[in-house]
Amino acid sequence: MSEVLLKIKDLCVSFDTDDGVVNAVDGVSYELRKGQSVAVVGESGCGKSVTSLSIMRLIPSPPSKVLGGEILLNGENLLEFSEKKMHSIRGNDIAMIFQEPMTSLNPVYTVGDQIVEAVERHQLLKGEAAWAKAVDMLKLVGIADPDIRVNEYPHQLSGGMRQRVMIAMALSCDPKLLIADEPTTALDVTIQAQILELLRDIQKRNNMSILLITHDLGVVAENADYVVVMYASKIIERAPVEALFAAPAHPYTKGLLASLPVLGSDKERLETIEGSVPDPLNFPSGCKFHPRCSIGCKDKKCQTQEPPLIENGYARAVACWHARL
Amino acid sequence: MNDKNDNILIRVNSLKTYFPITKGLFSRVVGSVKAVDGVSFSIPAGKTLGLVGESGCGKTTVGRSILRLIPHTSGSVEFDSKDIFSLNKKQMQRVRKDMQIIFQDPYGSLNPRMTVENIVGESLGVHGLVEPNKRRDRVVELLEMSGLSGSCLNRYAHEFSGGQRQRIGIARALALEPKFIVCDEPVSALDVSIQSQIVNLLQDLQQQMGLTYLFIAHDLAVVEHISDFVAVMYLGKIVEITTARELFSNAKHPYTKALMSAIPQPNPSRVINRTILKGEVPSPSNPPSGCAFHPRCPIAEDACKCNQQKLESKNDSSEHLVACWKA
Repeated sequence: MSEVLLKIKDLCVSFDTDDGVVNAVDGVSYELRKGQSVAVVGESGCGKSVTSLSIMRLIPSPPSKVLGGEILLNGENLLEFSEKKMHSIRGNDIAMIFQEPMTSLNPVYTVGDQIVEAVERHQLLKGEAAWAKAVDMLKLVGIADPDIRVNEYPHQLSGGMRQRVMIAMALSCDPKLLIADEPTTALDVTIQAQILELLRDIQKRNNMSILLITHDLGVVAENADYVVVMYASKIIERAPVEALFAAPAHPYTKGLLASLPVLGSDKERLETIEGSVPDPLNFPSGCKFHPRCSIGCKDKKCQTQEPPLIENGYARAVACWHARL
Repeated sequence: MNDKNDNILIRVNSLKTYFPITKGLFSRVVGSVKAVDGVSFSIPAGKTLGLVGESGCGKTTVGRSILRLIPHTSGSVEFDSKDIFSLNKKQMQRVRKDMQIIFQDPYGSLNPRMTVENIVGESLGVHGLVEPNKRRDRVVELLEMSGLSGSCLNRYAHEFSGGQRQRIGIARALALEPKFIVCDEPVSALDVSIQSQIVNLLQDLQQQMGLTYLFIAHDLAVVEHISDFVAVMYLGKIVEITTARELFSNAKHPYTKALMSAIPQPNPSRVINRTILKGEVPSPSNPPSGCAFHPRCPIAEDACKCNQQKLESKNDSSEHLVACWKA
């Protein structure tokens, strides 16, 4: 196996809100190897985006506070870096693409200006050379007529093209790690297929690692090597992708997979997970999933004691009193 | 489709909805966006027609034109043996009682200044269906049918999660005991574990109340699950329409095939053999000549560039209609 690029150890992040302190990320640990794709899955509010923004150190503090843990990139703790040193890491070593390609591009600059900004900042290219690089990047991500498009503004492009521009910008400095936060959620399936194929291509070419944050289990199955499942600020299960889909261990993961409608199946009714995601200001006691769990809602232990995340030595881990690996 | 069936609740005949493109100070009309360009289908009572397609293909416009929420350009809609487009305002209001809509965005579609009781009960007053002193009981009954408790009555929309808000939207649509509901992407804004709850709820209600649905969505897996019939739209036209079972086992149109193969499946061991469509949906203000799909079609020929094939049956079954020369 290749070396570890990014290692998150026991990360805890909290937010101060008017109604109290919210623990958005609570003891999250996972690692990402070179050239590997790791997917973080979970429902809205489970802490998956906060984890990725913490890696980039992009969450404003206050209101947020990193209470503990380490984020190691090639063995160096990003949380201890000065803001100036972080500037050189962002874009250069770690790049990010966001869900909303319209709001994450600046509407008053042309696409070219925005790519050139990143290129000039991180690579020693200036003027025409930087501009040529921008055109090259647009070509790489499959935009037709890149030398015309480079002078256009974001509103002149379609959603799929904007996402390609975001990718071009993120890849312009050859990052080692790409964090893709719901990169295709706002796109149609046919465009989603194009974008995901593009990412896989570039990953192979550059031996880049991808941290894919998504709620779409189909996207996970086809694009990740390793999956981290989060629920209510914690990791509840971690596993290689084949193992997870073949034999999910945690009742929440099982429920999620069973509740998906699958093309060509004859299921009359979909399985459901009762109830809804708990309020982070008011998490249930014990295992946070117990009120929605068919075993946990009856078990005293689940109601009072929180299960630890236990590893089995085959890169699998699960946090449930009743799961066996 | 299904013309033998007398039990048709809603029949749409070559519906067209164009939006004008205006220019200049006096809003001169310089062209039109053909959002819906000759769509026909019918839905038998108690059944569900799924309408799928990419963003901008006109599926939402179809739903809204049928309800007369936006003015149509030509065509007709026959609902319960009445020609909807020829009704005057007063007659239309009476028909509206039988046709309701559930919106995609559970955040934007509920008035933040109204309590749940007023949101759900408002239409009861408008149509004078329930005496004012019994309104509260009826609202509680509707909330319970939708899987919420009566204790929500005095709360506001912002106090609920996305799934619960969608349930409020459903309770509101059910208030008038409609026959027909347009479900406009009712689950696409929801989390996975909540989606299946709402889909099951919609199916249960359909069985209990004999509802007929037009289910608009871009997620083919959800559509296959809930629908009896499915119509696939591309650039304002239906390119294929048949029963859900037939469509997913035996799709004929290259666009339908590509759309189905683009869906990522939650099965990592599946061998991916995907036809990835090149390019993007063209602008409906300036659609390509001939078959609108030809610039992206993997099997297009010269004939496809000049002539648009009509939606017609490819074998003897009148259930499966395709608009493609080569299918």
